[in-house]
Amino acid sequence: MPLSPAITNLEELKSHPALALLLAWNPSAVAAVKYDHDEMTIYVDPGLLREACAILKDDSQCEFNFLSDITCVDWYPAEPRFEVVYHLLSIAKKERLRLKVRLASSSPVVESVTAVWPGANYFEREVFDLFGVRFSGHPYLRRLLMPEDWEGHPLRKDYPVEGYR
Amino acid sequence: MILNMGPQHPSTHGVLRLILEIDGENVVRMMPDIGYLHTGIEKTCEAKFYQQVVPLTDRIDYLCPLTNNLCYVLAVEKLLGLEIPPKAQWLRVLLNELTRINSHLVWLGTHALDIGAMTVFLYCFREREDILRIFEMVSGQRMMTSYFRVGGIALEPPLGFLDRVRDFASRFPAKVDEYENLLTGNPIWGMRTKGVATITAEDAIALGASGPTLRASGVDIDLRRDMPYSGYENFQFNVPVGTEGDVFARYMCRVREMRESIAIVKQAADGMPEGPIKANAPKVVLPDREKMKTEMEALIYHFKIITEGFAVPAGEVYQAVESPRGEMGYYVVSDGTAKPYRVHMRAACLANLQTLPKMCEGRLLADVVAAIGSIDIVLGEIDR
Repeated sequence: MPLSPAITNLEELKSHPALALLLAWNPSAVAAVKYDHDEMTIYVDPGLLREACAILKDDSQCEFNFLSDITCVDWYPAEPRFEVVYHLLSIAKKERLRLKVRLASSSPVVESVTAVWPGANYFEREVFDLFGVRFSGHPYLRRLLMPEDWEGHPLRKDYPVEGYR
Repeated sequence: MILNMGPQHPSTHGVLRLILEIDGENVVRMMPDIGYLHTGIEKTCEAKFYQQVVPLTDRIDYLCPLTNNLCYVLAVEKLLGLEIPPKAQWLRVLLNELTRINSHLVWLGTHALDIGAMTVFLYCFREREDILRIFEMVSGQRMMTSYFRVGGIALEPPLGFLDRVRDFASRFPAKVDEYENLLTGNPIWGMRTKGVATITAEDAIALGASGPTLRASGVDIDLRRDMPYSGYENFQFNVPVGTEGDVFARYMCRVREMRESIAIVKQAADGMPEGPIKANAPKVVLPDREKMKTEMEALIYHFKIITEGFAVPAGEVYQAVESPRGEMGYYVVSDGTAKPYRVHMRAACLANLQTLPKMCEGRLLADVVAAIGSIDIVLGEIDR
């Protein structure tokens, strides 16, 4: 499978059902799109993320009822620094979708999606633990993997691989 | 009363700590506490070349190293746009299904041991030994195999490998009958498992459960069949689906999966195509030793790959495979250099663990042990 260049033009991808749904709901929710390696990515406005997820989950055309994964990428020192990545799966349609929100380092806060998918609980705690991104409305936002009294967030790029000694 | 179960409890399969609020013998509330095995593998990956990450992936889930190898190399191959020759794909499928059986055997043995059936453990580990010998034959290692490479597999399997696999595949179904004779109709086993730790399909989906934990509740999804990778579309197999969503249904799902897996192993061994085992990509795949002794080019490429690694085009990929425990996913981000910018593992067990409180709250303390075994957790994968 030879590589083809990524498509980032919104007009070309408009027919994608998930994108069409979000555009029909609120065009300002979609910040950017990318189609690369047969994978669809939609950059969502952080303030509208939870509602966008609820719509994608409940719509009968998309039915993204399964949250595969939440993680984060730190683009330090670039701004906006954090990209929180959501991988959704539709069990009925066998489709995947990636949502992303970009967060500035000054206030890395995004709404929790635990109300949409209760399974987001541990994933969000893990991202909070390792990246220091906070999820507003999370029922129990505590460290998951690192000890309670740990200082710093190890997966940030400015955290040394060997740790602080 | 608050009761700490673990982290050093024999039935928690590693170092899982459960904080249990109990009222007499009833569990009122349960809160899993994890992180005791956290090693920061995701951080370590960022400091390694792409090829150096492969041995790290073994150590995430020590019961299915080859599944992790496969998932990682598939993700990087997708980023590189590599075409993998059929023989390598077939071998990957064959070894992956053996890994699934291996993992299910350890699960069955320890799960039965937890509930009090001692004999099954010995039977399961007898067959597991055969599989580990096959792994040792092909990769030199029993557990931490690191056999797959980006672009193919490390070495041609030794002579007699396929005969040995066929021999095992012909003996194994009778062994599964043996386990089933000991457990499936056993009234004590039935009382400890039927109707215990039930979870509905809606709850299982909402909590992100996958694999047999999800299928036992009646959700018919298997990534091997529904989103095929590594040539799984060429194999015929059924996906066992349960209905009850209890410990017994999860047990039946996995036992039937073992039978399906051995059928796939047979198909792969019988239909093994001829041809190369590595992709034609000299800048990514290490040359053969023989070529290095005669060809200057091969020697240069070898030196370059070992010292500088290979650059992967910038981009991101999420690759999911059906591991013995559920959806194992690798999210690999490249910034165009020879080291991955970010590697994230979607651990099936982490999501499956979230179903545990739902299964156990309001039930007896003794059922907690059965429930933990039935979701087949591996703490190495959860904590990473």
